Amino acid sequence: MSESSNLPEVSGGSSSGTVAVPDRFEDPGLPQHRNRVTDVDAQAARRAERQVAALFGLSAVGTLLALVAYFALPYDTSLGYIDYLGRVQLSNLLVGLGLFIALFGIGAGAVHWVKTLMPDDEQIQERHALRGSDEDRDIAVAIFKESAEETGVGRRPLIRNSLIGAMALAPLPAVVLLRDLGPLPGSKLSETIWKRGTALVRDPEGGKIKASDLVEGSVVHVLPEGIEETEHPLNEKAKAPVLLIRLAPGLLDETSRAGAYQGIVAYSKICTHMGCPVALYEQQTHHLLCPCHQSTFDLTQHCKVIFGPARRPLPQLPITVDDEGYLVAQDRFHEAVGPSFWERG
Amino acid sequence: MTTSTTAKTAGGLANWADERLGASKAVRGLARKIFPDHWSFFLGEVALFSFIILLLTGVFLTFFFVPSSAHTTYDGVYAPLVNQHVSEAYASTIRLSFDIRGGLLMRQIHHWAALLFVAAMTVHMFRVFFTGAFRKPRELNWVIGCVLVLLGIIEGFLGYSLPDDLLSGTGIRIASSIILAIPIVGSYLSFFLFGGEFPGEMFIPRIYTIHVLLLPAIFLALIGAHLTMVFLQKHTQYPGPGRTNKNVVGLPFYPVYMAKQGGFFFIVFGVITLLSALVTINPIWNYGTYDPSPVSAGSQPDWYMGFMDGAVRLMTGWGEVHLWGNTLSLNILIPALVVPGLMTIPLFLYPWIEQAATGDRREHHLLDRPRNAPTRTGLGAMAITFYILLLIAGGNDILAVLLRLSINDITMTLRVLVFVLPPIVYWVTKRICLGLQRKDRESVLHGRETGTIVRTETGEHFEVHEPLDEFTRWKLVQHESYQPLAELTAEDASGVRRPGGGSTWKRRLSNFYFEERVDPVTPAELAAAHHSHGEHEAIEGSPAGVAH
Repeated sequence: MSESSNLPEVSGGSSSGTVAVPDRFEDPGLPQHRNRVTDVDAQAARRAERQVAALFGLSAVGTLLALVAYFALPYDTSLGYIDYLGRVQLSNLLVGLGLFIALFGIGAGAVHWVKTLMPDDEQIQERHALRGSDEDRDIAVAIFKESAEETGVGRRPLIRNSLIGAMALAPLPAVVLLRDLGPLPGSKLSETIWKRGTALVRDPEGGKIKASDLVEGSVVHVLPEGIEETEHPLNEKAKAPVLLIRLAPGLLDETSRAGAYQGIVAYSKICTHMGCPVALYEQQTHHLLCPCHQSTFDLTQHCKVIFGPARRPLPQLPITVDDEGYLVAQDRFHEAVGPSFWERG
Repeated sequence: MTTSTTAKTAGGLANWADERLGASKAVRGLARKIFPDHWSFFLGEVALFSFIILLLTGVFLTFFFVPSSAHTTYDGVYAPLVNQHVSEAYASTIRLSFDIRGGLLMRQIHHWAALLFVAAMTVHMFRVFFTGAFRKPRELNWVIGCVLVLLGIIEGFLGYSLPDDLLSGTGIRIASSIILAIPIVGSYLSFFLFGGEFPGEMFIPRIYTIHVLLLPAIFLALIGAHLTMVFLQKHTQYPGPGRTNKNVVGLPFYPVYMAKQGGFFFIVFGVITLLSALVTINPIWNYGTYDPSPVSAGSQPDWYMGFMDGAVRLMTGWGEVHLWGNTLSLNILIPALVVPGLMTIPLFLYPWIEQAATGDRREHHLLDRPRNAPTRTGLGAMAITFYILLLIAGGNDILAVLLRLSINDITMTLRVLVFVLPPIVYWVTKRICLGLQRKDRESVLHGRETGTIVRTETGEHFEVHEPLDEFTRWKLVQHESYQPLAELTAEDASGVRRPGGGSTWKRRLSNFYFEERVDPVTPAELAAAHHSHGEHEAIEGSPAGVAH
């Protein structure tokens, strides 16, 4: 491509007969500087000076306000809880306002100073080509060639090749050293602590649940009993939460009924999309909605996805009651709960 | 101190510095460097100043924040949390908000500054894009700027995740699911990142190091390079009388810019402080500590993550496929990784894409008025439209509540709009640009409408048009108009086919950019316009010189 690019061709300027007209307009050059009031009126300049000083003075007042607010409003634990929080908020407000005035005063003063009193007639500086002169470039190339020659890289390929090989291998330990960042996944993503006979307890207050505690249409957030005593309760809580809902018996589909107890069903609360808790239950429509990305699951269709980015239904936890009538797991989850991963199958 | 002693002290100091550092040479060479002035040049400075504010307030926060997921029982002043099991990170953030005077203010300033940092970088990028400031020799600085925006988004995400509250923890859970979705290595990467299963206890200390050490160091290096290049290449300037591609017109760095920039730093700092004093954001004491079981309705990330969340929300579930015993979550990979990737790659490459269309290898220091680059302006508007639609989709639940509309309807509508609206906006923007260029031609050829109606002796009415003065006119005619490569490489006047012109795709690209164009008025056209219309001007524009 030529340096001139594809700009419109120069036509020769022959369009208007006898008078030669240039092809392009000419730059009229920088317009004359127009004086500001402060440039010509000494009184206005003095006024601007006072305004700038006033803004700086205002800043000093702001600093004082911030300091006074900081010390005059100690956080005092003997205050009641409500008063304490009020004190925190008031301190935040007053120290903040003081700091604002302190900072803004300096800034506004400086800018006003520039705009009214410092020179504003524009000056021109030439740009210089970034490209080096031909001589510079020739010398640079010569230096590189000469240095390459001095190292003998071209003549001694053995050195070059062995260096490339060594450099290629050297970063390996850096990668390998990251190996112990964490254990291998194993089957952890597919397991929860639910097993046959694990009691369902309320989340977060605890306490086992009797079937008779649930009226039709009610929903209970549930965790497996003993989850707080596990080694990593939060890790387990990222997989094990369950929603317990009692539906009118007629609403249950055939698949759900096997794991249900008297119209009570338990489904994993962990969204099969990105693992958010599917915590919003719409009683009228029997839909479960995930608040993160609005995947919607239909309880009457075995928690099939009816809207949103999730694909798989929420896994069902089969439940029954123990001898004392408390709800317990009939079995573990039959599939991995929560978001998808490659090995999930 | 009297004036003479002050002068003596200053002289002594200057001498000290010069004899050790050669300071006088630097002052002579740099202090009077000229910078062009325009309000839009301050957008990048807002980003720079926000970054400095982030460093200052961030240091304060580290004095009190405990980067640990270890479990503790809260026993501080905030009654609703007393005796709750929380993480050290969460407890220390509550402590620094409620027990440390000014701590809440520092947290608020840090968070507001972070929101502004990414916003200012983004708007600065728009300015650079629409004015063509990315053209040679500034392509590399464009790329550095793009990296800075992306890193800013990541840094912000890590930062608001540190307090380990319920809202940010939900965000981390989503991030972990995106990692899990990566084919083959996803679960391994997730286990390495979290030190085992999600959430584990390794994550907070790890992202803390990245947030306060690794990324800020990279930021400092890249910002240093960014500014050094601005300095070396000298700032671009808007076109106007006296401003050429070979000069810089403006005011000297010392004292004008030093005072103005310094003042502006304080103004930005002041405004962020005012926001922090008045508007509380991220009240983590209301959210509670992170626990994977609860969640709150209306969970939203900070604004700069919103477009990605919006893309995820617009996706349908069909993308998840099960093949050969494995799960490929395209319903996550497409919106969370592919779409952001497809948005980012053209962004990085844009300077070279346009260069391929123009074939122009010259240096450009004069900015374009956006209307004079209609295709570029249209493409930019198209990209922004797409981005904003995703951002809106990220708040579809909030929108549904505010507008009392069905969330399903909103989502379905947005699914259609993200494909339909951006091309429409491209077309409309381009038409508007071409229209504005024609209006510029009109003004140059027929002058300014004065509003004065004159009736001639013969009863004819016309409006008096006042010719533009040469300074106003120059602004409207100074630019160059590119022709498509195909037209250039066709036969020349004597019927000889020209060589070159690039490959077919380059010609197509060039056609796409420049097939429709409006050339600036030439002196000949102006002379002809005066000639044909005499004293009073007709309203219609001259079709001559207007391609298409």
